[in-house]
Amino acid sequence: MSYIARPKVSHPALARNELGLTMRDYEGGMSTLCAGCGHDSITGALIQAVFELSIPPHRMGKLSGIGCSSKTPAYFAASSHGFNSVHGRMPSVSTGAAAVNGRLQYIGISGDGDSLSIGIGQFVHAMRRNLNMLYLIEDNGVYGLTKGQFSASADTGSTAKRGEVNEQQAIDPCLLAIASGCGFVARGFSGDRAQLAPLLKAGLSHRGFAMIDVISPCVTFNDHEGSTKSYRFTRENAYPIGHTDFIPPEVEIKAELGVGEAQRVQLHGGGSILLRKLDHEYDASDRSAALAYLSRRQGNGEVATGLLFVEEGGADMHELARLGETPLADLPYDRLCPGSGALADLQDRLR
Amino acid sequence: MQPTDTRNPDYFHRVVDCQWGCPAHTDIPEYIRLIAQGRYADAYMLNRKSNVFPAILGRVCDRPCEPVCRRGRVEEKPVAICRLKRVAADLRGDIDHRLPTAPKEKNGKRVALIGAGCASLTVANDLAPLGYELVIYESLDKPGGLMRTNIPAFRLPVEVLDEEMDQILRMDVDLRLGQGIESMRDLLDNGGYDAVFVGTGAPKGKELNLPGRHDTQSVHIGIEWLESVAFGHLDSIGERVLIIGVGNTAMDCCRTSLRLGASDVKVMARKPRGFFKASDWELEDAEEEKVEIVVNHSPKEFVVEDGKLKGMVFDLMEYDIVDGRIMESRITGQEFFPCDDVILAIGQETAFPWVERDIGIDFDRWDVPIVDRVTYESTREGVFFGGDAAFGPENIIWAVEHGHQAAISIHKYCHGEPITERMPPGMNLLAAKMGIHEWSYSNDYEAAPRRAMQHMSLEKRFRKLDIEVELGFTPEQAAREAQRCLNCDIQTVFEAPLCIECDACVDICPVHCLTIAPNGEEDDLRERLTVPAQNLEQPLYVSAELPQTGRVMVKDEDLCVHCGLCAERCPTAAWDMQKSELLTPYVHHEAAGQPPRGSLGKPGGSQRNPASHRDRRDARLARREERA
Repeated sequence: MSYIARPKVSHPALARNELGLTMRDYEGGMSTLCAGCGHDSITGALIQAVFELSIPPHRMGKLSGIGCSSKTPAYFAASSHGFNSVHGRMPSVSTGAAAVNGRLQYIGISGDGDSLSIGIGQFVHAMRRNLNMLYLIEDNGVYGLTKGQFSASADTGSTAKRGEVNEQQAIDPCLLAIASGCGFVARGFSGDRAQLAPLLKAGLSHRGFAMIDVISPCVTFNDHEGSTKSYRFTRENAYPIGHTDFIPPEVEIKAELGVGEAQRVQLHGGGSILLRKLDHEYDASDRSAALAYLSRRQGNGEVATGLLFVEEGGADMHELARLGETPLADLPYDRLCPGSGALADLQDRLR
Repeated sequence: MQPTDTRNPDYFHRVVDCQWGCPAHTDIPEYIRLIAQGRYADAYMLNRKSNVFPAILGRVCDRPCEPVCRRGRVEEKPVAICRLKRVAADLRGDIDHRLPTAPKEKNGKRVALIGAGCASLTVANDLAPLGYELVIYESLDKPGGLMRTNIPAFRLPVEVLDEEMDQILRMDVDLRLGQGIESMRDLLDNGGYDAVFVGTGAPKGKELNLPGRHDTQSVHIGIEWLESVAFGHLDSIGERVLIIGVGNTAMDCCRTSLRLGASDVKVMARKPRGFFKASDWELEDAEEEKVEIVVNHSPKEFVVEDGKLKGMVFDLMEYDIVDGRIMESRITGQEFFPCDDVILAIGQETAFPWVERDIGIDFDRWDVPIVDRVTYESTREGVFFGGDAAFGPENIIWAVEHGHQAAISIHKYCHGEPITERMPPGMNLLAAKMGIHEWSYSNDYEAAPRRAMQHMSLEKRFRKLDIEVELGFTPEQAAREAQRCLNCDIQTVFEAPLCIECDACVDICPVHCLTIAPNGEEDDLRERLTVPAQNLEQPLYVSAELPQTGRVMVKDEDLCVHCGLCAERCPTAAWDMQKSELLTPYVHHEAAGQPPRGSLGKPGGSQRNPASHRDRRDARLARREERA
């Protein structure tokens, strides 16, 4: 953290988006995380993504649970809606928010502790319900806020800062998400913004639950030699399966790049994804193949990154639950609260 | 691009735009910090080291530092550097005991200084403490040169001038007033001097030979007229005055005319606004006093009837201007302006009727002496020129720098040393880190706009000729204005081997001046930065290859506000804030054979400060090895 706030002064030539806003208009409070935390870099990528998508700040809802990661909503888009909820319970709060107002762009930010330990049930059910939201796991393999114990995503054989070896198995949120029926699964790395920012934009434009697991080194407790979630290890062992370009709806793709390798996926939320594969055998639209492929890479000690699985067209929670399009806040009072007569009718029907 | 060589003292010096822009390389950010702390006497002494006349220059400097001030690029207006300098002088208290003194024992060398202006006085200031016997020849009855004769007292009070000159003259300097040199040959042959310095300025005002010019007594040459006013020979002028020319002398002439009784003063400009030579602030001050500036009027003739000036005829001009340059001009008509007096302020030049042309001092085809730009020596050994006398009209601060350099040459010449072998400037870097989030400077950005200078009211200021118009900043105003300084000398110093490429610095930078990117040629790299670096005047600071990805860290120096947040957010101290201190050698360093030392007594020569990141990095590596 810093004692001074980030000065308001900005570069006069800073780019503006369709709304006339600059990146600085999407900033939040000063981070109180450790200097060099991967989470802050993810915040930077998020700011870039929402800026480039020209999302009006007041049309976003930021939600989080508990943990270092869950402080992130405070550090960007200061003028957006936000809810810092109970540990591991962010998916429930998001479900409620999405149910009463399906028109906001929901961004849930969680960590490996919040999502894979205390909140794993909530996490899996949010995918099952196919909530329309971008769900980020800022994954550092360690409980940073309680001084560096292994988390559920710590790899077997990796060591803690003082040398203890982790003997338990790791839960891979990407494998879990693909297996749980999630329609958009990606993995990024906080230290590779060129890859992460387009993934975030694609995830925000996906209709339904978009889960992105972002390896985010903990500089204080998990950036050492025995760590498998350090800056150096991730840079050396990341295995990008392809480049993901997010193409905004108004841009027409003239030629499919690298014929036979590029794969275009139309997103229901607008725009499309252009996948330029680096590994020919990978097919991001085949759920069982993706599972097999990822397990194989994992067995080699590699961290596959990029857009791992995408399936468009699944019905999201709003459609499944046949919820109205109009947010409750916009309904006239007599429709929102039809009165005791209507309640009595309803009760009569259920008797 | 190759990694930036920060061992070259010029690199970090250039980042300090004001100091780089100042001919005398005054350590501006440091004295502004001293002012912010209320250490006015220390600020004054630091100033005096390089610019010798802080109180004078705090009022009338041409301020080459201000147009280049980074603050002027970050927002609209630069820091009021010049006015802060004056604050230090106004509030300094007694500093007599800190001034240099001349030794009783002289070194046996005699030097003649011709002209008692700012250049000669600077030479005297530098040489007197070394025991030189110095004789200043001045043709006028008072010392000061143009500072006395051309700058009106309402801008520069006589007491201020006298006080700062006295600081120098009291060091046993033999000032011979009313003794101009009539013959250089005579001085060189019979004067018995070891060296001669010419600091006679540019005393000749340019003529405007148009019909009727010499048919009347009412047409004056600006600098001569100002001199007459300064010495009290003139105390009135006609009601209606036309000033020809729009330089700073014209501004002094028009404002002086108002104080001598003129009520209708017009400054006649040949070209439109934007082409004026006068500094913006001098124009503002003149217009505040209701001087009218008439553009696009080119003088054609003086209208004189029976020896009495009636007015002037001007050609009306029209210009085709493309990209701020005049491509073509044409005359579209004529206009008559009635007036009682005309003052010509269209420039001035050097005049050396007293220097014989066969004594080895060569002049070029414009009759300007040929003077070396580094040593200030003329084509005759042992004869040096400085100030306006050397290269034509500039301003006081340039003359001061000429004086410092000429003093070094004179010393070396007098001691038989080659004058071209001079000590190079050094650069010292000092840790600015005082604690986890504490720096040795105030790193927060002060958003306040530039403080306005209080002026004497328009009713009061014309009552007497010498009522100073600018009232100076109060300590409160000065403290606020000082906070606007961006502390550009607190450098962002980067150590590539420490970087883990976490992007923390890139994200925190409020002005987006940092980028981690694959290396490339400069043109290409400038385009690929977080915000493209369009200001080609400002360098890119490029690191060595970063250890993890081989990319490079690039900083566009243009708009850095030196807030230090990159260093605060850096987990490995790859970024560090370090105070750069330019070590400028003066003649006393040359005389002692000791290069200048930094404020903590460290020698110069681009030494890295030892205590910060290197140690921390070594400690980290040692711990890592221990565990492995």
